[in-house]
This record gives sequence, structure tokens and C-alpha cells, in this order.
Amino acid sequence: MMPKSHYAFKPYNVARWIIWSLFALVLLMAPQVFSSNLSVSMLAQMGIAIIACLSYNILLGQGGMLSFGHAVYTGLGSYVAIHTLLKVSEGAMNLPVSLIPLVGGLAGMFFAVLFGYVTTKKSGTTFAMITLGMGELVFAMSLMFSEFFGGEAGITADRMAGEPFMGITYGPNIQVYYLIAVYTFVSVALMFAFTRTPLGRILNAVRDNPERVEFIGYNTQIVRYLAFVIAGFFAGIAGGLAAIQFEIVTAEVVGPVRSGGYLLFTFLGGATFFFGPIIGGVLMVLAFVLFSEITKAWLLYLGLIFLFMVMYAPGGIASLIMMNLRVAAFGRLRELWVSYLGLGVTGLVVFTGAGALIEMVYHLQLSTAMGDTVQFLGATLNARSPDSWFGGVFILLTGLGLFELARRHFRLQWAEIQTDIEKEIKRRETQ
Amino acid sequence: MSSSKPTAVRPHDATMSHVHAGGHALELRQLRKSFGKTDIIRGVDLAVRAGERVAIIGPNGAGKSTLFNLISGRFPPTSGEILLGGVRIDGKKPFEINRLGLSRSFQITNIFPKLSVFENLRCGVLWSLGYKYTLFRFLADLRDANDRAEELMRMIRLDKKRDTLAMNLTYAEQRALEIGITIAGGAQVILLDEPTAGMSKSETSRFIDLIREVTVGKTLLTVEHDMGVVFGLADKIAVVVYGEVIAFDTPDAVRANAKVQEAYLGSVLADEQAATAGH
Repeated sequence: MMPKSHYAFKPYNVARWIIWSLFALVLLMAPQVFSSNLSVSMLAQMGIAIIACLSYNILLGQGGMLSFGHAVYTGLGSYVAIHTLLKVSEGAMNLPVSLIPLVGGLAGMFFAVLFGYVTTKKSGTTFAMITLGMGELVFAMSLMFSEFFGGEAGITADRMAGEPFMGITYGPNIQVYYLIAVYTFVSVALMFAFTRTPLGRILNAVRDNPERVEFIGYNTQIVRYLAFVIAGFFAGIAGGLAAIQFEIVTAEVVGPVRSGGYLLFTFLGGATFFFGPIIGGVLMVLAFVLFSEITKAWLLYLGLIFLFMVMYAPGGIASLIMMNLRVAAFGRLRELWVSYLGLGVTGLVVFTGAGALIEMVYHLQLSTAMGDTVQFLGATLNARSPDSWFGGVFILLTGLGLFELARRHFRLQWAEIQTDIEKEIKRRETQ
Repeated sequence: MSSSKPTAVRPHDATMSHVHAGGHALELRQLRKSFGKTDIIRGVDLAVRAGERVAIIGPNGAGKSTLFNLISGRFPPTSGEILLGGVRIDGKKPFEINRLGLSRSFQITNIFPKLSVFENLRCGVLWSLGYKYTLFRFLADLRDANDRAEELMRMIRLDKKRDTLAMNLTYAEQRALEIGITIAGGAQVILLDEPTAGMSKSETSRFIDLIREVTVGKTLLTVEHDMGVVFGLADKIAVVVYGEVIAFDTPDAVRANAKVQEAYLGSVLADEQAATAGH
């Protein structure tokens, strides 16, 4: 008898076609649904952030490389792109604006080839330290070479450069959005494809166990280097798109804050699943644009959320989704809704208490000239009155106690369901 | 127990073709290794013929694992030569040595925990099939790599666990996967470092059958503590004591060797007998 292969190649994976079509549809329709100027601009920024976070995750999630300097590659991509845009608008260069993000990509790749050779020599802590050093180095240089980096004012350019192609001038925001949408779709597809290649899989192996990879014929240093260069390319594309979107590039785009942002939001979205950084990118723009409008203390809230996620859901939002999908697949999700409601309500109480206190502290520190009262969630708090402070502390402590109770109950219930699922899997295996 | 299947010609076979009949697959010449002032390996000479199964035995701390680490390139030797099929490999990197047709397993399970059983094995075959750092092809389209990984999965009896993450396997299954990754690239010289460490008696005997089956026609070196396994599996035994090979011969000759009796085997065999009598 011929040995029967369990392996079957499925050229038309229906679920995958549906998911990718939906993704394309969302990119296409989003500005029709959210059509205000601010929304379209935010959607465009989300596309950019998605590419940047996914490229970062090639390092973090797929290669186990914790980089503290990813903004070097997005940022230098931005700079080269905006200089190219300037050349085009001066007439010194003839290149369609649509291709400028690609120039950014090549620039990101070039610098990744250059710096990555040193950076990827080592893995683990050493790698992290070198990326930190590279980030500081480039940021420091941005203050030294104002010719290229534009000093304090940065470099500005006009994206309505060159000959319009089929009426596309990139004047209106919506045209820029669709340019970014096309780049986002193609980049996401390419980065997903990368995870299905031999190099992509060996990169996972290097993440899991670099030493073993050396004993199956691979030079881990080359694997890391190649991945770094690929990540640099897509980072540069994100940077190039940002240059067209904002028409200005300042030194902060290569700075450590930006690098930290990519790390933080990739982690929040979830580094262990491919789609995690997509969630991360969307959240990044929501936080930077909307959240920062609502409160001055937004970075503090962000820090708290990050801490909370690291402690309770280290796999990020994506892993929370996948864990619940698994429970749902075994028909057990419905039992959990009461617990989720409990967690949600008590969590909200904690948030209300903590939020009131934080807002009052910020008010006392920064804006006492505006009077003593703070508006928070529809209530008027008096930052100088003991009543408001007592109320805040009381709500916070009550909330924390109730939340802990809800969490313990949830944890037991969750563990029980997981045990049942494991049993069920074992049972199916033996059948 | 099923008989061993004939395996197809593997890429590494070509590398080994220059080993003429009866030639040495692996040769150590005056190999030495010291860490600081401590000499761990003190002048080892060993010549293993192609197709031979050699067990390396000796007391704890004798340098058996260090010997494997030197041969596989994990550490460079302090002096001396290592030849694989007549080619000098001392001082080469682990991946270079692997590409020349030598593969090893580890005493402490060394697999890819977050990849599935199938992915673990497929990673093991990629280089040897010439895919190297390929970026412009999909894994799903690599028929030969996929078929080979499936074949390996059946050989190590893990075909029912195809999509299980390696970290969720039982200990014995992880040990089997370790062997699977080691033989995946089709290397002709296989080094197994205590493959049955931590296994129960019944698991051990089944596992030895498995090892014998998957290494048919290959040169095998194994570090082993279980004397039953050693005398059952090996064509030849090398006794390492205090960084030196004090005997290298057939199992019977080694058993009868007075020097070995005195230095090591006497006490071990006595222990074994005591253990058996105690049951």
C-alpha cells in the first residue's frame, strides 16, 4: 500500500478568501462611513500605524527580537520620502507621488541593511541594548545634521507635486487615504505571506530556540539579519506614507518615544498572533488622536492599561479574542457572560474612582488658575474639597475589592472550562 | 513491531559519498579541551567506521557530553583534529558541521516549543532539501519538504499529534520529537546525547527499538547510562573516564576488560545486579 499522506494542499481556502475580502471591504468603505475630515485623517493614520506595528512584530512576535529603536527605520523612511517629495515638486526629479512610499521603504531597508548588520549579531538582551543605542544615536544625529533633518522646524513639502495621474492630485484627504489603503492592503498581505515562507518559519524557530536552529543547518545571525531587513522595508513604507499624509517630518519621528509607541501598541494588540498588531495600530491612533484630546493625563492612563495587560493578558487583545473563540468553539462561552458582566462593571467602577483621583491631581498640578472644579464623566469634582477626594478613594477601593472578587470567581470558572476542553480534546484524539 | 522502512536517498548522502567502503565516518585525533585550567578532554583518539553504532559510557563528569559538544561544534576544541568523512570539522560552526552531514540531539530536550510537531520536523528538513533562506516560495507548495516531514512524523509515531504544539507533548513524546528533528536533515552521522534519560523502563525499551529503526544504515554515537541499552544497541563501546578513552571495543571485549572493570564498569554492573535482585 502506498503510504497515505495526511498532508493536503488546499489552493482555495474559503475562510481565508472571506477574511481578506472583508479586510479589503473595510479599507474601501471605512471613509464612506466615517466621512468627516478628522475621521478620514485618522483612518489614514491607522493604515500607517498598522503597517508600522506589523513590521515591528516581524521582530518582536515572529523573531523574538525586542527592539527599542524601530522608529529609526520608519523615521528615516519618512525623511528620505519627504526629501524625494521636495525634489519632485522642485522639478529636479520625475517620480509619481504614488511611488514615494516605496522610496521610503527602500530607505528603511537600506538603513536596516546598514545598522542591522551590527544589531542582529546578537540576540536577547544584547540585541535590545544595541537597538536602544542605535535609536539614541540617530535621534542625537537628527539634532546635529539640520540640513537633512530640518532642525526644530523639520522638513515640509507639498504632496501635490508632479503631474496628476488620472486626476489624482493628492490634494484632497480622501485621495491620500486611498493611496494609504492600497499600500496597507498590499503590505499586510505581503507580511502575512512572509509568515508562510521557509524563512518566516525558521524565524519562528529562531525565536523559540536559537541554539537548536544552529544544529539543523541554519546560521541564526543571517536569519535575524534578513528578518530585520524585511521589517526595515515595511517600516520605511509606513514612514513614507506618513510623509505624504502629514507633509511635514520632524525629528521626533526617529525618537525614542515613537519607538516605545510601536513596542507598546504591538504588545497591547498582541504579538503572538499575526492580526494582533493590526488591532494595536488602530488603538495607537485612537489613543494618540482621540484619547489625548479627552484628557491631559492620557499617557498615564495608557501606562496603567499597559501594566494591566502585561499582568493579566500578556498575549494582548488578540490572544484574549482567540482564547474566547476557542471557548466558543466548544460551546462554553455563554456560561461566562455573567462573569464578564461582573468584570466589566467592577472594572468600570475602578476606572471611575482612579480616573477621578488622577484628574484631580492633574488639575491641582497644571490648571489651578482655571478654578478648583474639574468635570469628570458628567460630575463636577472640586479638587480642593475633601468630599471629592474621599468619594474618589471610596469608589476606587470599593471597585478594587469587588473587581478582585469577580476576578477570582472568573478565574475558577475559566480554569474549569479549560480542563473540560482539554478532556474533550483528549477524547477526540483517542477516537 | 514493524520492520524498518527503506528510506529514500537523502541529500546528505552525496556529501558522504567520498567515504570509501570501510572508511571512517568520524575520526578524533588527539582531541583536547580545557576550560580555564581544568582539562576536561585529555587527548582522545577515536575512529568510527561508517554504519557503526557506538555507545559512549563512563562516570558522570567524565567528559562524554563535552565530547559531543566538541564534535558538533558547540565548543571549539583546544587542540587536536576532528574529521567527518575525512574532512576537518574542528573549529567549524554547528550549522556548517550540520550541513556536512552530522546531526545531534540533546540531553535536555531541545525542541521548538511554540511550533507544532509537524512544523518542528519541517524546520528540520528545510536546509537539507536546499530551501535555505527562501523568501519567495510558500511552505505549503514544498511537496518534498511536507512529504518528508509527514514521513518522519510516522516514523517517530507522532502522526496523531501533527498539530499539537511541541510544548504540550508528554515527556516521552518530546524525546521522540527530539530524535525526529535530529534525523530530519538526513545526516549520516547521528549523535544522541542520553536519548532515554528520564524515561521509565518500558518506555526505554520501546524507545530503543525506535532509535534502531530510524537510524538504519547510519553511523550512530550515543551517550547512555542504561547498561541494558548499551549492550543491546551498540556494536562498539567507548569507555570514557576522566577525559580519556580507556577502552574502545566490542561489548563483550569491553565487559571483559580488566581496566574497565576497575575504573567504571565493575561498580555499575554491581549496582545493576543489586537493583535487579532487589525487585
